[in-house]
Formats: sequence, structure tokens, C-alpha cells
Amino acid sequence: MSTMLAVEGVTRRFGGLVAVSEASFTVETGSITGLIGPNGAGKTTLFSMISGFQAPSAGRILFRGEDVTGVEAHRLALQGIARTFQIVQPFAGLSVVENIAVGAHLRHAGRAEALAKARAVAHAVGLAHTLDAPAASLTVAGRKRLELARALATEPALLLLDEVLAGLNPSEIRDIVPVLQNIRAGGVTILMIEHVMQAVMSLCEVVHVLASGRIIAGGPPAEVCQDPRVIEAYLGSRAPRAAAVPEGAVP
Amino acid sequence: MTTKDWPTLLIVVAIALVPLATSANTVLNFLVFTLIIALAAQGWNILGGYGGQFSFGHAAFFGTGAYVTAILQVRLGVNGWAGFALGIAAGALIGAIIGYLSFRSGLRGSYFALVTLAFAEVLRVVANAAPVTGGAAGLLVRLEPGAANFQFENRAVFVWIALALVAGVLVLTRRMEQSRFGAQLVAVRENEEAARALGVDALATKLKAITLSAAVTAAAGALYVQYFLYVDAGLAFGTWISVEALLAAMAGGKGTVLGPLVGALTLHSLGEVTKAFAGRVPGIDLVIFGLVLVAVVAFAPDGLMGLARRLRGRMRRKAVASEAAA
Repeated sequence: MSTMLAVEGVTRRFGGLVAVSEASFTVETGSITGLIGPNGAGKTTLFSMISGFQAPSAGRILFRGEDVTGVEAHRLALQGIARTFQIVQPFAGLSVVENIAVGAHLRHAGRAEALAKARAVAHAVGLAHTLDAPAASLTVAGRKRLELARALATEPALLLLDEVLAGLNPSEIRDIVPVLQNIRAGGVTILMIEHVMQAVMSLCEVVHVLASGRIIAGGPPAEVCQDPRVIEAYLGSRAPRAAAVPEGAVP
Repeated sequence: MTTKDWPTLLIVVAIALVPLATSANTVLNFLVFTLIIALAAQGWNILGGYGGQFSFGHAAFFGTGAYVTAILQVRLGVNGWAGFALGIAAGALIGAIIGYLSFRSGLRGSYFALVTLAFAEVLRVVANAAPVTGGAAGLLVRLEPGAANFQFENRAVFVWIALALVAGVLVLTRRMEQSRFGAQLVAVRENEEAARALGVDALATKLKAITLSAAVTAAAGALYVQYFLYVDAGLAFGTWISVEALLAAMAGGKGTVLGPLVGALTLHSLGEVTKAFAGRVPGIDLVIFGLVLVAVVAFAPDGLMGLARRLRGRMRRKAVASEAAA
């Protein structure tokens, strides 16, 4: 397996605050890799840097072996990195299919091809029945799917998912997990920030744990959850050493 | 061309027929002036309506188009048609420059509106003082009627030329709506961050939009000069035209193909009617414009086109309901 993404010693400071400190990890091609960590650990900041929305203060980011540190977001999208936002950002005034078509236009100049691509993607993520509905009318679960669909329509090699499962109820999560598995089966590498441990356990081959801006652990999810450092990060140092993070817990 | 375009075609054809029905100067004057405003508003609509970048200074482009057309003819003896074309090009250039300066530094919303207003005001003050523009006295283009000079004794011809330009921009806007550029521009309006994440170069998209927008509004300015054969700083760069352009687009329906034309026609018809009734109260039509703006913002944020769409939707629902009842 080759490496899709390598983050090497990436640091991001906001004034005196170090949001991400010398984070290093890799994402293997074809994997679903998780990035977990307590609130405020710096996960979203790390995502912003990988997707080109913020430049790192130090360190570098390699995408398919190429240094893409500080490259602008729209150029990275063209190179094959797509992201979703933790707080969904639909184009509220547009219909669902028009929303997705904006993503599809990245690789399809013609309106008809872009719309066709958008419909195909909508099918794949289960939005086929709401194609012409205004994006603003979607439920939370629908909007999460729309985020996913738009990113997917750019035909990325690497998909960065920022808490696509947050705010969904257990049955909605059950519905969307196979969608993610299908996306991976379609050849897209996924890096996901997720708090829903049940999904992380079932989807990810590898998880990296970020706490206070540092990567403190990495490996198969089952192992990572037993790691005392991880337990400490989530539950504090006085938590029973033997306790694992309970399944489905939202720390 | 779809059924959606029939009302547009109908309006254009109706206006084209007016000069055949009457040769009354007041009517033709009204039409030319209103079409010039419509053209300026169409320009505003590309940037403000589709791109969501509300400019308060489209006078900068209108005035550039007007002055460049006039100066080239008066000072350099350039042909009217060439002056017209160069006026449009100059407007586009000013648009690109103002766009680069303000979008580059990330100005959005009210900050962008203020900066455009400032640019237009600076140009107005400069035009009022510089010798090349004739200063406060303005510039008179020499009367030389003849198709070769882009001057026509028959006002009907001007109606058709103005209408042709407006129709050209209608087609352009419609095509833009269905293009990648149009989709990306609307995406930037709706949510710039999300658009960037989807590979949209927001800066380039906005620059393209302001350049196109400025070119169209500059065409309105250039046409104004060819029709009235006179320009001064207040006419060219005054806030009146910035307001006219944005008001017509907003009242008609920003971000729609037909909105600016419908808005300009409605506002100016309303203005004329008011003037006819109120007689000699100076500026009464402006009072009406103000009231219309308040009404639009409060009750029809999507303008007349939005209102029409809502009414159509309601009627369709009613029809469906009565069918279901029957």
C-alpha cells in the first residue's frame, strides 16, 4: 500500500495558542482512517491545513508524495482533496442537485454533464428522492448527505470528512455507514474526524488520536481504545486505568 | 430556448414595436432612457444579483464608459462606434482594477459596497476637475448625424439599438446561468468557503464577474453619451446611476435574467405616472423610488420576479387543491 497523505511535524499557532503541535501521521491509499480526540484537540484545525484553508506555521503536508503545504483550497480540490464541513455549509438558495453540480463542475465544464454527474452522486448517497428540493429544506441528516455528495462530486482521491455523523440518530448512522463503505470501495481514500466511536470502530482500519494539539496514539481502533494515554486524554488521569472508552460514547 | 424564455421574448418584441406605433418624442425618450437604465442594471445584476457582491458604485463603470466614449470623440476625433467599443473596454478594465483591489483584500458585504462607492466618488471629483474631461463644464459631443458616427436623427433607431444591447445581455445572462462560470458565481454568493472547498477559485470568479458587470454598465454609459451627446461629472459618476442600477435590479428581481429590465420599466413608468399626477413637485419620482425600495426590501426581497414566481406557485397549488377536491 502506498501513502496517500503524509502529515509531517505540522504545527499551527494562533498568536500564543498552539492549536496543533508537531502532528505527524499518514493515511494509506484505499483506507478509511479515523482522527479522533476530545473537543478542542485541534482536529478541525488540522483538517483546515490539510485542505488548504489555513497554512501551517511549521511542518509539511505531502499528498501522493507531492508537497502541498500552503497550497490554496481550490487548487487542492483540483488535485483531488475534498472536504466536508463540521458545520454544514449548503448553498441554501439552490436545489439539492444544483448544490452537487457545483462540485461536479470541477471536472465537468458542461452544464448537462455536471447535472448528470450530480444526479449519479445523489443516487450513491441516497439523496435521489430530493433532487429538486431546496437545500434549505433538508433535515440535518439530509444536509450531512448533501455535504458528502458535493465533496464526492469533485471526484476526489482523498475525502476529508469532518464529523459527518455528528447530530445523526443511531438509525441514520446505520444508514450512512454503508454509504461510506461504498465510497471507499469506489477507490476513494477517506480520512474522517469522528466522535461516534461505534462508527469509528466499524469503519476505520487505523485511527490517530489527537489531544491538546498532539498526536498521542495511532493504530487499529480496538488497540487505541485500550491505550492508557487515550483513556487519560478522554477521561482524565484519575479514571480507572483499565476502563476502555465505552462504545458509542460521545466524550 | 425553453418555455421559461417566452415572457422575455414577448417583452422585447413589444418594446421593439413601440416606435412603429408612435413617433412621439416623449415616448421614445422615455424608452431610450429606461433601456439605458435597464442595461446599467443588467450589469449590476451580474455582480450583485448572481455574485452577491453588492456594489454601490456602478457609476464608476457607467461614467468610465461615458467619458471614454466622449473624450475619444471630442479630443482625439475617434469614430463614434470605435469610441463606444473602447468605452466598454475601458469600463471593463476599471472593473477589473477595482475588483482586484477590493476582492484581493477580502472585502465583502457592506465593506465592498462602501469601497465601490468611494471609487465612484473619487472618479467624480477627478472628472470634475481634470482638464481632459472638460471639468465642471462637461463635454459636448459634436452633432454629426449619420450612421457612420453612431448618431441618429430618428430616435426610433436609438430605441432599437438600446433594445438590441439589452436583449444581447439577456441572452448573455441566460447563457451564464447555465454555464460552469454561472454555477460557480452563484456558489460564491451562497457560501464562499464551501465553494472554495469544491474547487472554485473564488477570487478569479469574482474578478470575472465584476469585469463583465462593469463592461455591461459601461455600455450603458457609452450609449448615454451617444444619445444625449453631453456628459459631465455628475451625470457620469454621480450616485444617481449607482442607485438606479441597483434599484432596478432589486425591484425587478436580483439574480434573475429578466429582473433588471422589468425593474427599470416598472420604476420609470411609475415615476412618469407620478410626475403626471403630482405635476410640479420636484423630485417626486425619487420619493416614489425610495418608497419602492422600502417596499421591496420589506415585502418582496426577490423583487417582482420573485413575487410573480410566488403567485404562480400559489395558483398552481390552488389548482391542484381544487382538482383534488373535484
